Amino acid sequence: MTAVRNETEIDIGEAGEFAGPLPGAGAPHLPQQPDLVQLLTPEGERVEHPGYPLEVSDEELRGFYRDMALVRRWDAEATALQRQGELGIWASLLGQEAAQLGAGRALEDGDMAFPTYREHGVAWARGVDPLHVMSLFRGVDNGGWNPVERSFGPYTIVIGAQCLHATGYAMGIQRDGAESAVLAFLGDGATSQGEVNEAMVFAASFAAPVVFFCQNNQYAISVPLERQSKVPLYHRAAGFGFPGVRVDGNDVLAVLAVTRAALRAAREGQGPTFIEAFTYRMGAHTTSDDPTRYRLADEVEEWKLRDPIARLKAYLSRSGLADAAFFEGVDAAADELAVRIRSGTVEMPDPPPTAMFDAVYAEQTPHLAAQRAQFEAYQAGFDGGAE
Amino acid sequence: MANATLRRFAMPDVGEGLTEAELLQWLVAVGDTVTVNQPLCEVETAKAAVELPSPYAGRVVELLVEAGATVDVGTPIITVDTGDGGVEAPEPTGTGLIGETTANGRTAVLVGYGPRNTEARRRPRRTADDLPDRAPLLATAPDARSKPMRHGGLEVGRQAEAAALREDAAPSLAVAPGRRGPRPLAKPPVRKYAKDLGVDLATVRGTGSNGVITRADVDAARTPLGAETAMSAQGEEQRIPIKGVRRHMAAAMVASAFTAPHVTEFLTVDVTRMEKLRRRLAERPELAGVKISPLLFVAKAVLLAAGRHPMINSSWDEAAQEIVVHGQVNLGIAAATPRGLVVPNIADAGRLSLAELAGALADLTETARAGRTAPADLTGGTITITNVGVFGVDTGTPILNPGEAAILAFGAIRERPWVHKGKVRPRQVTSLALSFDHRIVDGELGSRFLADVGALLADPGAALAF
Repeated sequence: MTAVRNETEIDIGEAGEFAGPLPGAGAPHLPQQPDLVQLLTPEGERVEHPGYPLEVSDEELRGFYRDMALVRRWDAEATALQRQGELGIWASLLGQEAAQLGAGRALEDGDMAFPTYREHGVAWARGVDPLHVMSLFRGVDNGGWNPVERSFGPYTIVIGAQCLHATGYAMGIQRDGAESAVLAFLGDGATSQGEVNEAMVFAASFAAPVVFFCQNNQYAISVPLERQSKVPLYHRAAGFGFPGVRVDGNDVLAVLAVTRAALRAAREGQGPTFIEAFTYRMGAHTTSDDPTRYRLADEVEEWKLRDPIARLKAYLSRSGLADAAFFEGVDAAADELAVRIRSGTVEMPDPPPTAMFDAVYAEQTPHLAAQRAQFEAYQAGFDGGAE
Repeated sequence: MANATLRRFAMPDVGEGLTEAELLQWLVAVGDTVTVNQPLCEVETAKAAVELPSPYAGRVVELLVEAGATVDVGTPIITVDTGDGGVEAPEPTGTGLIGETTANGRTAVLVGYGPRNTEARRRPRRTADDLPDRAPLLATAPDARSKPMRHGGLEVGRQAEAAALREDAAPSLAVAPGRRGPRPLAKPPVRKYAKDLGVDLATVRGTGSNGVITRADVDAARTPLGAETAMSAQGEEQRIPIKGVRRHMAAAMVASAFTAPHVTEFLTVDVTRMEKLRRRLAERPELAGVKISPLLFVAKAVLLAAGRHPMINSSWDEAAQEIVVHGQVNLGIAAATPRGLVVPNIADAGRLSLAELAGALADLTETARAGRTAPADLTGGTITITNVGVFGVDTGTPILNPGEAAILAFGAIRERPWVHKGKVRPRQVTSLALSFDHRIVDGELGSRFLADVGALLADPGAALAF
């Protein structure tokens, strides 16, 4: 899991020479952004947006809170397990729960999603067992889950590659005449990748039923957005020839409404949409990263005030949709989940080294069988066999 | 400690392929009760300074590494008693009374420590090319008011102590041994083999194609003990910190050598028959895949002989003024590991069949070499075998593993001229050395035990009589 293409860490020392305002701090404050779709303010007030009316039941609202709280607990447990040597690496989604659950819950049966390696919240929404995700980061499984069964593609480490898969899949849907759509996940850093741009050109040319869902978490590892793009990312969609919209990525309701609308348009044959979910990565890029080297604590503090879970909790409490017992119940469920994830992860057996040959092809080829035999002989060499 | 379950937490690789980390500071003390995921300490790697959360709930029994030390990944750093740790409240110590503020400005709370009051500063970049007049990292100066923060159990932006520690410490001189030309060519199994034997591949001449070093080359290059020291003596003086396994070994040996009066007896044995039987057994289908080593025979012989002389399997209980004769044999095997000597043991080894014993021996050495021996497997041994023969030496005077009454050293098996059936013949011969605690074992018992072990190796068929 080490190859992360193109999100090269730059030398901050050099960057300092021509750095203007602090990374991220130059981004306008949310309320001042005219084009930002928001249905729930950071203070937890429900507001309306003319373009995105949304009806959600009380049950759904409580469900969103529960989903986000459980996924955050999972994420914290996974981070701790990595620090305890139980996972090779972990990519934390802390702060991006609303973007992922809102988008994940906008998908309907028959829709397909293509994730990056950070979409734990979408995996949750698609019904993927967290332990299957953990097996991938523990290095005991190459895939983790069945993408067809869960309508959720494999985690993709190569930055942006999944956008090509998504566009191709969408073009397939088109040719099947099916009424489904594809949701492609990407980050702000991936917008600089060739594959992503190719995928968007193809999607536009063929009016493929694909929605590009970009979580702009402000940093491509250490590179701030200002160095990636001179225009707001959602403006780029116009250049490809499809609509772009910026949504408050920490507002689960706005993300749900905007993604739902974009997927519906795709299913109806109106082609792709680019969604920029404006959010922030509260933790490190991965457990191998130290964000204090390239961003200041003040900036993180500021984003804490826009926490996606806190604002929904405020809304639920204030409007009387949930009481203390509900929140305690969610906390207890989160603790139970953490225990299940911890014990399930620690107890995962190591696969035999030859397991890597098992799923290369549906059926074993002679060439692969020969490789396997060679590898087995090599392994036997450790026990004092051949030289 | 009645229900003590000791768990050790080893320094993890927190950043994809790191080999070491500096322990900046401990956040818990011996006697503290810790919960799962409670921060234990702060470590800094080449990539990041992070907190390590506890994988266990229980009571801190021992901090195995001091703050400021650089620790290899895989080295145990803390021992936690997960047994009844939660019940017994830790004794509050002088500076850690609940509610009191400690010297470093933190408030001791019931479990561990509360939030710290340190202020975050920008991390000074730690690069070799740092120049004194280097421009600040960013145009904006660090904001001294910015607080460290916790989010989902993680702390971001806390570098003050790390920086302070670094400023205090003189820049450590990197000890970079000069490169000796290109890396020697050898396949990974051979590299591992050489590493296990302590053979430096740079000193081996490869006879394979293109000069690749083979297993046989490694065997040929196995150097007698002491050669390594002689080589490094030509260079600069090296100072190796006494820590970890090495420190434990030293303490245990001193304690043993100066409490138990040691007596050592020697016996040279013709093991040709044992070697023949060993080869025959290895061909038996029911033992296919089982490693039938000479050590296995010695272990079996010790177990059989200990059955006949139970006092050899005992301990001296100074406090109770009693001799404890153990009901089962927990057979310790001294194992040389990359980090030093450890003596894991096979619990109740007397109950195992030959195949089971072979499997247990293989598991034990493999686990020990990988540095993964569980602390529980390192305690409770009752008698020990040390296989010095693997290093090519004949014998020695072993020091007792503390708390045990006997230890047997097993030397190299060599072909030697030996009087066999009235004629001098080349025979497979080995040496045994038995050290015993003379408070428990007298010369007669020690001699009988050693003679029995020797008889079983000389004529494995004698086992039928045991």
